[in-house]
Amino acid sequence: MSELIDVIMAIKPVLGAFLCLVGAGLAIIGTVGVLRFPDFYTRLHAASVTDTGAATILIVGMALLAPTWLVVFKLAAIWLFLFLTGPTGSHALANAAHTAGLQPVIGRRTSNPEEEEAG
Amino acid sequence: MGYFLGLILVLAALWLGLSGIYTPLILTLGTISILISLVLASRLETLDREGAPYARTLNLFAYWGWLVVEIFKANWPVIKACVSANLDINPALVKVKTRCESDLAKTVFANSITLTPGTVTVEVEGDKLLVHALFEESATPESFAEMDERSWKAADGSRQVAT
Repeated sequence: MSELIDVIMAIKPVLGAFLCLVGAGLAIIGTVGVLRFPDFYTRLHAASVTDTGAATILIVGMALLAPTWLVVFKLAAIWLFLFLTGPTGSHALANAAHTAGLQPVIGRRTSNPEEEEAG
Repeated sequence: MGYFLGLILVLAALWLGLSGIYTPLILTLGTISILISLVLASRLETLDREGAPYARTLNLFAYWGWLVVEIFKANWPVIKACVSANLDINPALVKVKTRCESDLAKTVFANSITLTPGTVTVEVEGDKLLVHALFEESATPESFAEMDERSWKAADGSRQVAT
């Protein structure tokens, strides 16, 4: 039994570091999406990848690296508040843009010129 | 009264979790700060069903567990759209009808839609939500039906709706 715990304790920091890397990668992907998408509303979608997936995986990774349970509790609180405030902010942005009369790009968008002609 | 008790419990748990130093002096100061927060909350009259929805904690957390899985499933197509060599998206505005009646349930539903990558709630009017989606084909009214049902159950549930 104690051997199993030893193995888990040995794997934990490696797994935590790996999850932190994956989360950072997702954040970069979200940023790439923000830069590539055509208009304001679609860029908001790309940013939500960073908001949810990347943040969750980063926080789980940090929780695995955390030295005490108090730090884990604080990370859980951060996660909770992030999930409550993130969509509120996104909605406020989208609603403000909509109220101001910004028209979203509608319909299929491709960066491949041949497909665009065919469609 | 139940709302008071719920707020006391949550504030105490938050304070104990964030502090980490449990000497008598610090604990006394923490108690005083919790009491001040309670007085302020009751003076602001925010202590109602929406301000302290702790009676439904279990339902809301069960819903949250389901939502996190959905969010991770919805992340995948957006990530693919971000990194694929050819930009291939199909943005659309769709109207979604909801069965949620209380403001709390509507907030839970609208925030869940926004939280899910690929869909953002743009406007809420009555029982209709205006949703901007990254892929039109994945934002059919049926795809929101389950989330609607679950958020209604979590926030309103068996409660009698006063009209």
